[in-house]
Amino acid sequence: MKKDGKHIQQRWMELVGAAFFALIGAIVVKDSLRTGFRWGSDGPEPGYFPFYIGCTLILGAAWVAFKTIKTWATDDGKEVFSGMSEFKLVLRMFIPICVFVVGVMFLGIYVSAITYIALFMVFEGKFSWVKAVAVAVGVAIFLFVLFEVWFLVPLPKGPIESWLGY
Amino acid sequence: MDEISNLMNGFAVALSLQNLLLMLVGILLGVLIGVLPGLGGANGVAILLPLTFTMSPTSAIIMLSCIYWGALFGGAITAVLFNIPGEPWSVATTFDGHPMAQQGKAAKALTAAFTSSFVGALFAVLMVTFLAPVVAKFALKFGPPEFFAVQLLTFCSFIGMSKEPPVKTLLAMMLGFALAAVGLDSVTGTLRMTFGSENLLQGFDFLIAVIGLFGIGEILLSMEEGLAFKGQKGKITFRDVLETWAELPKYWATSLRSCLIGCWMGITPGGATPASFMSYGLAQRFSKDKDGFGKGKIEGVIAPETAAHAAGTAALLPMLTLGIPGSPTAAVLLGGLLIWGLQPGPLLFTEQKDFVWGLIASMYLGNIVGLIVVLTTVPWWAAILRVPFSIIGPVIVVICAVGAYTVHSKLFDVVMMLGFGVLGYAFKKLKYPLAPLVLALVLGDMAESSFRQSMLISAGSVGIFWNNYLSGSIATLALIMLVWPIISKLFTKKA
Repeated sequence: MKKDGKHIQQRWMELVGAAFFALIGAIVVKDSLRTGFRWGSDGPEPGYFPFYIGCTLILGAAWVAFKTIKTWATDDGKEVFSGMSEFKLVLRMFIPICVFVVGVMFLGIYVSAITYIALFMVFEGKFSWVKAVAVAVGVAIFLFVLFEVWFLVPLPKGPIESWLGY
Repeated sequence: MDEISNLMNGFAVALSLQNLLLMLVGILLGVLIGVLPGLGGANGVAILLPLTFTMSPTSAIIMLSCIYWGALFGGAITAVLFNIPGEPWSVATTFDGHPMAQQGKAAKALTAAFTSSFVGALFAVLMVTFLAPVVAKFALKFGPPEFFAVQLLTFCSFIGMSKEPPVKTLLAMMLGFALAAVGLDSVTGTLRMTFGSENLLQGFDFLIAVIGLFGIGEILLSMEEGLAFKGQKGKITFRDVLETWAELPKYWATSLRSCLIGCWMGITPGGATPASFMSYGLAQRFSKDKDGFGKGKIEGVIAPETAAHAAGTAALLPMLTLGIPGSPTAAVLLGGLLIWGLQPGPLLFTEQKDFVWGLIASMYLGNIVGLIVVLTTVPWWAAILRVPFSIIGPVIVVICAVGAYTVHSKLFDVVMMLGFGVLGYAFKKLKYPLAPLVLALVLGDMAESSFRQSMLISAGSVGIFWNNYLSGSIATLALIMLVWPIISKLFTKKA
């Protein structure tokens, strides 16, 4: 996808991706040096495979980086990873998810889910509060019945549920 | 014919009222998953896996595999009516399916899609019925070297056959291996890459990875694409069905070719998505009217749907007989088998006859039920897609979080899921394939232990893989697949 205007360039993100793989590779190699990466008397030591996996990760990442830099000039930065306005949309989805996950840790899944769904519907979907809360509570009740009552699988709960006696 | 009597026993198992009900529930859930963006076959099954912990393994796998069939059917609905592939394997269906819908032939396109899905699945199930016992019997002779050779073949054919750049496939796979290595080393008991963290002792569970990569990643992508559902009306009357059915036998050649492509791609771990594209491409190449493709040609719907469904079904053959999944969804089902206490592999066919044949019988029944369900309920599913994304989006996120949590009842897994979600989004944008990562995560441990067991047998000599014809030829084939991109490049340059 090519495009003018503000965007995150694909070529930079390729480098970020390569750096990510190289970093993982480095961590893997470092740990395999600790556990032993040689061919022992009875075959490979625990770090033997991780060592080569790590090396392959680093080499592969280097290859991707090399390719990206080689075509740097011809690409001229028009190849799009994500347009600025589109990426903002992604963040508007992603940040609430992060807040929701943190919420699950402290408040349990029901309270967080109700808050998250209701707020998202009101602010993103411009729904009325009544509708939003109705849908959110409906989903929570459905989850409760399906998991806790029907299939007897407990879900994470917080202070409010324990106050209610669960 | 042993297979026939075994299959009849299987039908007896699958035909209980409870199992039929689970089948119906599974199909309905599956179509729902297939229709909704962000939920797909693999992560849908992963999320619902914990619900089956209390069921008997046979009932559990019947429901889960029916979810998978449902998802395969469901992807076509959104592809035809909304030009949105609900699943990656229905991308090729949009090429001709949506133009047909725009010309007011939605009912015909949908009927053709569903029927070809059914035909593809039926063909693959027949193959599984008669081939699986043979493969299993054959695989009973397998020792660690043979298993490693097959696993090697799986990995190598991914790199060789991938549509993405081979180096990116390799990187994705290596990342999967690296993640699989985290935790307790099964051979020596050494802790690897846990860095003192208690949460990493068990390693990375691929179910969490699947939910994050495919679920959260997909939601982020859908948000970016700014989903505006502008759909065509979908309603199928009985007459539409009969008219389309009368027309379908004309395309038997396309159909048969697609079935074969699908089965091949399902057994070798290509999976449904490349199968559908390959089948579409070949249908176009062999057609007399090449320019008609992409403008609403019925073959353009038949070919990818048949192949996708055949591949999806055939992927269960290596999973059941060798313990090697042919697709990410089959990998999730394999994970389920292990959780229910069943060891996938050739012994399954001798020790768990009811389970195996119950499953195979349910594949026949599930697809019949599925065909009837989708043909009669299309308008409902189309209506679900008109629900705004600002409701569906957060609800799917919540469902993913619940699914991730219930696998081990660990809150840390929910955080992991989020991390994998970001990875899934970045992978898609940078064109790294996800399937090799998932399969490496599943098979990494198995491949390593069969390799090290072989080394224990041979006292550290790699030559053991070429000690007999069986493992030798598989291992050699694997190496050929690995360098296939280079070989094919050499040939195309000469030509």
